[in-house]
Amino acid sequence: MTSILPLELADVSFEAGGKRLIKDFSCRLDAGPRTIVLGPNGAGKSLLLRLCHGLIRPTAGHIRWQGVDPGVKQGMVFQRPVMLRRSVAANVDYGLKLRGVPILRRRAVVDDMLGRTGLRRLADRPARVLSFGEQQKLALARVWALKPEVLFLDEPTASLDPAATHAVEELIDAMHREGTRIVMTTHDLGQAKRIADEVMFIHRGRLLEWAPADRFFARPDNDLAQAFVRGELLWWRLGKDRRAISKPS
Amino acid sequence: MTATTARPPIAVRGAVRRVLMSAALAATVLMALPALAANKFITVASTTSTQNSGLFGHMLPMFTKKTGIDVRVVAVGTGQAIKLAERGDADVLFVHHKASEEKFVKDGFGVKRFDVMYNEYVVVGPKSDPAKVAGSKDAVAAFKKLAAAKAPFASRGDNSGTHKAELEIWTAAGVDVKKGGGTWYRATGSGMGATLNTAAGMNAYALADRGSWIAFKNRGDLKIVVEGDQRLFNQYGIILVNPNKHAHVKAKQGQAFIDWTLGPDGQAAIASFKLGGQQLFFPIAGKGSSQSASEPRRAVTTIQLISPTAVGDPRAWPHGQSPRTAASRPSRMWMTRSAERAKFSA
Amino acid sequence: MIEFSEAFLAAFALIVGLDPALAEIVLLSLQVSLGAVAIAAAIGMPVGAAVALFRFPGRVALLVLLNALMGLPPVVVGLFVYLMLSRAGPFGVFGLLFTPTAMIIAQVSLVTPIIAALTRQVIEDLWVEYEEQLRSLGAGPARAVPSLLWDGRFSLLTAVLAGFGRASAEVGAVIIVGGNIDHVTRVMTTAIALETSKGDLALALGLGVILMTLALGVNAAAYLTKEWAQRRYG
Repeated sequence: MTSILPLELADVSFEAGGKRLIKDFSCRLDAGPRTIVLGPNGAGKSLLLRLCHGLIRPTAGHIRWQGVDPGVKQGMVFQRPVMLRRSVAANVDYGLKLRGVPILRRRAVVDDMLGRTGLRRLADRPARVLSFGEQQKLALARVWALKPEVLFLDEPTASLDPAATHAVEELIDAMHREGTRIVMTTHDLGQAKRIADEVMFIHRGRLLEWAPADRFFARPDNDLAQAFVRGELLWWRLGKDRRAISKPS
Repeated sequence: MTATTARPPIAVRGAVRRVLMSAALAATVLMALPALAANKFITVASTTSTQNSGLFGHMLPMFTKKTGIDVRVVAVGTGQAIKLAERGDADVLFVHHKASEEKFVKDGFGVKRFDVMYNEYVVVGPKSDPAKVAGSKDAVAAFKKLAAAKAPFASRGDNSGTHKAELEIWTAAGVDVKKGGGTWYRATGSGMGATLNTAAGMNAYALADRGSWIAFKNRGDLKIVVEGDQRLFNQYGIILVNPNKHAHVKAKQGQAFIDWTLGPDGQAAIASFKLGGQQLFFPIAGKGSSQSASEPRRAVTTIQLISPTAVGDPRAWPHGQSPRTAASRPSRMWMTRSAERAKFSA
Repeated sequence: MIEFSEAFLAAFALIVGLDPALAEIVLLSLQVSLGAVAIAAAIGMPVGAAVALFRFPGRVALLVLLNALMGLPPVVVGLFVYLMLSRAGPFGVFGLLFTPTAMIIAQVSLVTPIIAALTRQVIEDLWVEYEEQLRSLGAGPARAVPSLLWDGRFSLLTAVLAGFGRASAEVGAVIIVGGNIDHVTRVMTTAIALETSKGDLALALGLGVILMTLALGVNAAAYLTKEWAQRRYG
């Protein structure tokens, strides 16, 4: 099975309403580390993920996956999960059915996923009556069932309480251990420190710093990154160092 | 594994649900297409006034019992009935406006027109009778008075037999009703019942067939003000739709219906129908009917069926023929009748 | 005012007496209207969903047209279907005029735009909510149609009930194409029209009461089914 990685972005820009929201973004994502995309609100983190996942098209530049049919091997978890109006088990089953997995295999996978996410006792409940935390776990189960090679997560725990957050982080970790490439956005520094192997720092649509996690948090290069790590609000800062980078340092 | 209630696996449950829903849907649809009647039937285009009087409910079951042919009556206004027959959507036309019927035959849509029966129109009006026409036996004079008094008048205005008869009386009275349109003359453009409803509601005069009037329950303040005028006799004709124009017409069965209606059984059925204790329809088959130039007259046995009291009644012979002249025709007609029979028996 | 009490008495008498003529008319009314709604839903829902999800030239015009067709006058539809099915018309050879099938055809024509237009709105709103998630899972607009139709099933049920309301209440179409023939094509609404034209207003109103009770029954059954399904399957 050919891998869809590495993912290459070349001078990607995205414009909407006359404003450039993603500017000259270039990078190359290989298999391996858990990448956290960090940055203040409105930096373009969600847009970046959606561009990579293929939900929107760039107005300039290229996004290149390897292999055929890269869409099938990716998954995405959103900040507010959208549950189908059916049972928990049926939600997990949905993606599998779309891919034509035969019925017996589906039953086994659904059962496995529900077990791993601790949702087995809720299997027949309508998905919409679950709490946010349970729904987000269900979203993970749903996408995990498809065994994606790359998983994009857009602030998945932003609305969750600490217990649910912990549970979700554990699941993400488990998926990583089984070989899924994790690309996650967050604006929670603590979470970033817990999860990240490497950090991409974005501000106003530009990739300003890309470094291994421990170095980024200890000694960020970029001044805006420094301010961000210190916990400052970057509402007026344009920063001295505005050049876009394309390789991890 | 945590304990759960024993239930069939998810996929099976979903499948069962889907099957049940499709079955329910199919059942609904199948139920909605009732099996086409196995028995034979003909379609007769007739008028609402005839239908509403109840005559068909009385006489048609007798025909069906005798021949096994169902008669489906589509009851609309005369104009619409004739249009239906012209388009071949009916097998037999049974309406009451001679001029239109003769044109129908002349234009080739019908085979031949036969007299069947007649009934009477009556003029109804408010008990207060502002135009002072009550008790009159002269419809034309009464209509002149109505126009002069500008008394409210509800007309059917729908090109029906009743409407056309009404217009003919206005014409005879020298009244141009278009001038009164919207003021005292109100054209409702609807059937007899609706028009009577309107007349009752407006306390207006109206022309109605006696049958509809007797059956009409919402009389309000109305009563019969004029009746008995010969002009108010309303003749019914029956015509087979021309199978040469429309090949699918059930000519044989339609002709069987016509034969029965004009024959002793049909005529007796018509005469025996009573509403409110009164006979509404007076059978007259075989007397004074028009014919298309090529076809000879037919069906003579009905002459004997007019009740003895009615034979001497001049009203039973609208065209002024005497019983004697009519009775002298039998033998020629018998031969013609069997010849016609042969034509349709193929 | 007397008519109203007479009407209720008439209705009561007919029901309690299990009047066979009434039973026949009620059964035919249900067959025609439910059958028409089922067919209209089978056509209208996919059409509505397609207009909601796909972009194609003329989409806006079609959308507006669907909405406008919700207001089709039944009598005009009846006239049109009559001209089509008449022996002198293009489909006369099938001999469908003055049969319940013709009535179903006319009502399908009336009800399909209603179901299609309402489905379009429901699916469009759902798509706004679901699009990203469904696309992420691998369902583009085409694969999403059945998923959205199922997920919107409770709102779509209301659309179907709107269609049923229209079908069971109209008289203009069925009276022209059916002919109001006794025992063959007489339904509740045409029977009411007939009794009104005879001036028997109390009976007509009584039949009206029965018709509305019927409609109430159908809607109640639909609501209860929905509640049960919701509790059981979510």
